[in-house]
Amino acid sequence: MASAGGGAYSYSLTVFSPSGKLVQIEHALAAVSQGTTSLGIKASNGIVIATEKKSSSILMDDSMIEKVAVVCPNIGLVYSGMGPDFRLLVTKARKSAQAYWKIHGEYPPTKVLTQEIATIMQEATQSGGVRPYGVSLLVAGWDITRGPSLYQVDPSGSFWAWKASAIGKNMVNAKTFLEKRYNDDISLEDAIHTALLTLKEGFEGQMTEKTIEIGIITVPSLEELEAGKVEGTGRYKPTFRKLSEEEIRDYLAL
Amino acid sequence: MSIMEYNGGSVIAMVGKNCVAIASDLRLGVQSLGIASNFQKIFPVTDRIFVGLPGLATDVTTLHEQFRYRVNMYTIKEEREIEPETFAALVSSTLYERRFGPYFIEPVIAGMQRTPSGSYKPFIAATDLIGCLNFAKDFVVAGTASDKLFGVAEGLWEEDLGPEDLFETISQTMLNAVDRDTNSGWGVVVHLLTKDKVITRTLKGRMD
Repeated sequence: MASAGGGAYSYSLTVFSPSGKLVQIEHALAAVSQGTTSLGIKASNGIVIATEKKSSSILMDDSMIEKVAVVCPNIGLVYSGMGPDFRLLVTKARKSAQAYWKIHGEYPPTKVLTQEIATIMQEATQSGGVRPYGVSLLVAGWDITRGPSLYQVDPSGSFWAWKASAIGKNMVNAKTFLEKRYNDDISLEDAIHTALLTLKEGFEGQMTEKTIEIGIITVPSLEELEAGKVEGTGRYKPTFRKLSEEEIRDYLAL
Repeated sequence: MSIMEYNGGSVIAMVGKNCVAIASDLRLGVQSLGIASNFQKIFPVTDRIFVGLPGLATDVTTLHEQFRYRVNMYTIKEEREIEPETFAALVSSTLYERRFGPYFIEPVIAGMQRTPSGSYKPFIAATDLIGCLNFAKDFVVAGTASDKLFGVAEGLWEEDLGPEDLFETISQTMLNAVDRDTNSGWGVVVHLLTKDKVITRTLKGRMD
């Protein structure tokens, strides 16, 4: 019998324990809280999502590690928890965004894509032969109806919208820090610095452009929106992008 | 005879200054035999979008229901009304889904598109029966009288027509084109859209 931890209820993820818990989901959340810290802050003119990217050995080529992912031109993701699970979810999210584009001729609003990801994660809590995803996600996106929005998705498949949030190892401390620092009319530049400052709390070792990753949403101006599609490419200007190492270095220097 | 001409019927949409109009005939027939003179081919999608579905009558009903279903699902899921441009993409993908066994309909879409600044601009589009979109700046036509509609519209349409002038232009285009087509006619209905209202008028036509 499975006696470590949840007892007989810890194997079948679809069976409630007498206390009303699904033990496998609790375990998944435990996996998340062991993961590296990630955070997101919504600013008045954009959003920043950031995470630490630390490799276990100096011999590792960390330029290959990608923890902030572009899903479609207006949405990006960051995670805490298990890397391989994240990669799978990114692939599914990208496919979902392209499927939406094929039907509607535009990319999905943040809320719709978040719902889609949440559905995928929920299914892993009720299907046979699978385990829940060992990740929490922060989804940052911009769309014409809701503007910039920041969502968190958990292994259970529940999701919420945040003004600022943190997930992973230091989430409790980071959230308290963000609560003190946050105000509604913070600018994107300030938010990026707050994000770096929050990561710095509880950061082990040196924080450099190699050991963190940042993604930003920039809210397009009315002129850019009215101008519509960019000449030549026939696409709208992307609102989500990852910061390059040079850009991160400049932010760290300030 | 082509199945596209089995029941007859035609639709046209035109752009004006801060307005659009869409019109169709009211005939339902079986080849040269007239059956009804009150067969609606144009349907409201939202308060600001109309879609005209000329072609095989059975597919008019089926596609209308299909679009209603998809638009309702969109509205609930996204918590917003669909925009004309998005609806055009939805029509196109719905039709292309049946690429090798198509609905015999050539939809025409007319609506007022919301711009990022909050104003409205006229939008028209038409597709062929497998969903190839045609975004026109002036007018789009479809149905058994489409070649005649093209001719008359080319002659009558002007840029920046106001709502009343646009109504006159589309009405005359429709009435005169269907008179030269055996499978269209028996009355005309016109919908005129501006940013804040829709005017629907039914016109009498030749009954022969």
